[in-house]
Amino acid sequence: MDSTIKKVTSDYVADSMDGELATLNLGPTHPATHGIFQNILKMDGERIHSAEQTIGYIHRAFEKIAERRPYNQITPLTDRLNYCSSPINNLGWDMTVEKLIGIEVPKKVDYLRVIIMELARISDHLVCNSVIGVDTGALTGFTYIFQERERIYEIFEEVCGARLTTNIGRIGGFERDFNAIAYHKIKLFLKDFPKRFADFENLLERNRIFMDRVINAGSISAERALNYGFTGPNLRATGVDYDVRVMNPYSSYQDFDFKVPIGESGDTYDRFMVRQEEIKQSLSIIAQALDKMPAGPFHADVPEFYLPPKEKVYSSMEALIYHFKIVMGEMDIPEGEVYFPVEGGNGELGFYLISDGGRTPYRLHFRRPCFIYYQAYPEMIKGSLLSDAIVTMSSLNVIAGELDA
Amino acid sequence: MNKDFILSAIEEKFPEVISSILEPHGLLTLEIPVANIKPLIQFLKEDEKTNFIFLTDICGVHYPGKGDKEFAVVYHLHNLEANFRLRLKTFVGRENMHVPSMMDIYSGANWMERETFDFYGILFDGHSNLKRILNVEDMTYFPMRKEYPLEDGTRTDKDDRFFGRDGNDNVTFDDKKALARDNG
Repeated sequence: MDSTIKKVTSDYVADSMDGELATLNLGPTHPATHGIFQNILKMDGERIHSAEQTIGYIHRAFEKIAERRPYNQITPLTDRLNYCSSPINNLGWDMTVEKLIGIEVPKKVDYLRVIIMELARISDHLVCNSVIGVDTGALTGFTYIFQERERIYEIFEEVCGARLTTNIGRIGGFERDFNAIAYHKIKLFLKDFPKRFADFENLLERNRIFMDRVINAGSISAERALNYGFTGPNLRATGVDYDVRVMNPYSSYQDFDFKVPIGESGDTYDRFMVRQEEIKQSLSIIAQALDKMPAGPFHADVPEFYLPPKEKVYSSMEALIYHFKIVMGEMDIPEGEVYFPVEGGNGELGFYLISDGGRTPYRLHFRRPCFIYYQAYPEMIKGSLLSDAIVTMSSLNVIAGELDA
Repeated sequence: MNKDFILSAIEEKFPEVISSILEPHGLLTLEIPVANIKPLIQFLKEDEKTNFIFLTDICGVHYPGKGDKEFAVVYHLHNLEANFRLRLKTFVGRENMHVPSMMDIYSGANWMERETFDFYGILFDGHSNLKRILNVEDMTYFPMRKEYPLEDGTRTDKDDRFFGRDGNDNVTFDDKKALARDNG
């Protein structure tokens, strides 16, 4: 990295001498980047002349590591992609493997997954939207809404025992059924959250100061956004109604009635408002899933891939054998090639998996929405003020873990 | 839009470029020679009937010991209006690892190609800024290639020959398949 540092330094000196452009390092550790990545900005006074990003500070080579790991041990790696909505990554991965093997999961598993994924989406959007407020100086909304995120984490804790890096679900279903406390917490959340969320809405949505700060900041046209490979709320803010849940329904999303909110100008305010509306739609999906919850088992009947309950391991021969084979990574997965997209918190999270019939993937590639849309950032902030660049970055919801994989 | 429509549209404009047609798990996968990949993708994007305006993903795959098919570059395209996905693959050998860049067709290809270069060393001709993106710039090798095993080869405490496996990753795709067959 020495050469890079020298290069940057020499540029800085040259520019200062020139008297026209100043170089500003935004990051790698900066309160407004919410993660470790660097932007080298060329400033013409307060305005941004050009920007160059440096990423990879927390690259952990997940795609390489995955080539040595049995399939069930890859789920914890996916936790650490977009860690604001880990359950979506976990369940997306499980569904990818299920598609490759050809496992049909019971309807109940689909509905439980939908509940968990929508809760994760709410917590992801809450973090993003409250942080836009923080970056414009409105800390109050953030302190209000993190209490609600805490409630979502309590539900995760009840279902799987973990909060942030959840490792929730298994190939074939869930590790255990939701207990009565989990259902109670979900219902309580559905009842209380709209009131608290209304407080948050009242603080920001029609707040004149906030609107002046974010309207027209970092806007992008639908055409450019598509060309850059935008997905998720950031694409929908430009007016394109692309949502993987509707276009390629997975996990029985076709059973639910929900709207796909879209924006118009693709600016920071539109991204904020699209996420706000998606939170409400997610709540409605969760309520529908609870209402229509089918009876049945909480996992598919696939003993070769689904870890048996521990008490059976000590009493049943088959359970012991399967337990050993799964834990030792002896379960071979059929040969094949599959691309499975899910609607993550930030957009289309795709798993491209090639299996050669062995116990580990031959190749696993994550299509990470952050990584793909963050490259548009210099174009979005060119010519704008530095303060607009800050809110643009927070409204893009760039998560370092997903960016660097 | 369906499989036959795509195939006939391509056949009309580029006769005999498709060297294999597969449909694993319902996703149409075409193998295209590296010389034709760029004009073909340009056509698929710009033609009103095919209309693949969205590039979902680019990634590389390494198949050691496959000669001039050692490295694959895989493109996932998406026609958003008809909701049709298409996978294109092109292969290059170790001697001539040049693939045309799609940057001027899709702006999003920029970092996807940089990542593929970073991992596999595939050179994208026409890319404006082809340098490493996730790894440090003074790294001297391409870490996702199969000849770089993940674990330290000198360690003896992690020998898993006892489970009927070769202890390192330095086996070819075909070897692994044969091994899987032998093991039943």
